[in-house]
Amino acid sequence: MRKEFYIFWLAVALAAFWAFSPVSAKAAGEMDKIKQAGEIRIAVFTDKPPFGYKDENGDNKGYDVFLAHRLAKDLFGDPSKVRFVEVEAASRISTLEADKADIVLANFTYTAERAQQVDFAKPYMKVALGVASPKTAPITDVSQLAGAKLIVNKGTTADAYFTKNHPEIELVKYDQNVEAFNALIDRRGVALAHDNALLFAWVRANQDFVTGIDFLGDLDTINPAVKKGNTELLEWLNAEIDKLTAEQFFFSDYEETLLPIYGDSVDPKTVLITP
Amino acid sequence: MLDSAISIFTAGRNMARIFEGLGVTLKISMISVLLSVLLGVPSGLLMSSKIRFCRLFFKLYLEFIRIMPILVLLFLFYYSLSSVFSINLPAMAVAILVFTLWGTAEMADLVRGAVTSLPKHQWESSRAIGLTEPQLNIYVIVPQAIRRLLPGVINLTTRMIKTTPFVFFINIPDLVKVAQQIVEVTGMKNLLASVWVYGLIFFIYFAICYPISLFSHYLEKVWQD
Repeated sequence: MRKEFYIFWLAVALAAFWAFSPVSAKAAGEMDKIKQAGEIRIAVFTDKPPFGYKDENGDNKGYDVFLAHRLAKDLFGDPSKVRFVEVEAASRISTLEADKADIVLANFTYTAERAQQVDFAKPYMKVALGVASPKTAPITDVSQLAGAKLIVNKGTTADAYFTKNHPEIELVKYDQNVEAFNALIDRRGVALAHDNALLFAWVRANQDFVTGIDFLGDLDTINPAVKKGNTELLEWLNAEIDKLTAEQFFFSDYEETLLPIYGDSVDPKTVLITP
Repeated sequence: MLDSAISIFTAGRNMARIFEGLGVTLKISMISVLLSVLLGVPSGLLMSSKIRFCRLFFKLYLEFIRIMPILVLLFLFYYSLSSVFSINLPAMAVAILVFTLWGTAEMADLVRGAVTSLPKHQWESSRAIGLTEPQLNIYVIVPQAIRRLLPGVINLTTRMIKTTPFVFFINIPDLVKVAQQIVEVTGMKNLLASVWVYGLIFFIYFAICYPISLFSHYLEKVWQD
């Protein structure tokens, strides 16, 4: 019976070896590698409208996706030469570090901590915080929030800002946008903090609420990110963003993806980088 | 109120996407269960063997897998292996590998339990009638052990099905993730979206897991006679 088992385990070992053997990643010649692959791998969100989401046909859509297609077009002359890697907020950094995607375009806010782990290119959008609250009990100043419950999305800029600057406020955290907004409707917190542009849009559709605070904290930027040390791709991206900003590409991106959600309640200049 | 549900499920390919997500869930869990059974049975026999090295090896393996949360194993094989050793495995391979590692450990322990619960005279009398070791295992021990295994295997299968949503952390969109995508897109306008979509997901999981447990009841009955 020993013999059978040896053969058995040998087969298992061979199978494991076969499974582990392929593809190795090297840092050299990143652009060549992408061109050789014939497509660029871009990490996007699939459940964060209007930035990265899947529409009812299962197609990737949104502000980030619109840019991703443009990058593929400039690289290969064909906007469809992009393979979307579907990420979670928490896995964006590891996706780059483990070489599972070439670029992250997933509403990735620049922070000093993150910049130690990945390389950020030039910004393609900017964002500030806002606070939405019911019209009947509006919150117009952060001091009103002391000791109260504030709804935020886990791991977002709003979460980081309030955790760091206002420990006296109790945060109620949710993973998904819809959960967070429903929590505000159910009054599980006195207010909700999120990207101000998204709040403007939501308040327009939910007339019982107002954005009592429409600008808070620092003006953050959203940037593409690449693996640390991938300077070749980073330089290409920077040149690309300069070019796209100059030709007002991001205004057409805005009109295509954000305008239907934000409506004319938002001035595009509050979220776009102007040349 | 029903209109809000119908509008979600009839829009575009939403229904098809839910079933594609289900396909991913089933593919990972079914392949892993199959491999776990195939690898777990011999491992379990080795675990209950007299060779001390085998017992020690499998004990370590089992404890390691038990202590590690599945999510950590997924991260380890998907991200760490790639960033540290430049071994870049495709996500699906990692999912099946990790679920199989987990399943094999649990399976082996179930087999060990089933085998050691058999009375000692089963071995003694088999040897007395001149069966060789492989014959003893194949004709006497394994058939009896399998009956005792069944409830554990069914339990493991349903647990695997329910653990698959973790694979989204290694960038594979499974059933629950597709549901989330649909809810996030429709939910801003349709407040009931989450109720309808997650409700459907609940019934899909039930529809998959319940027949499995019915089948096990059936087998238990048939084998008793």
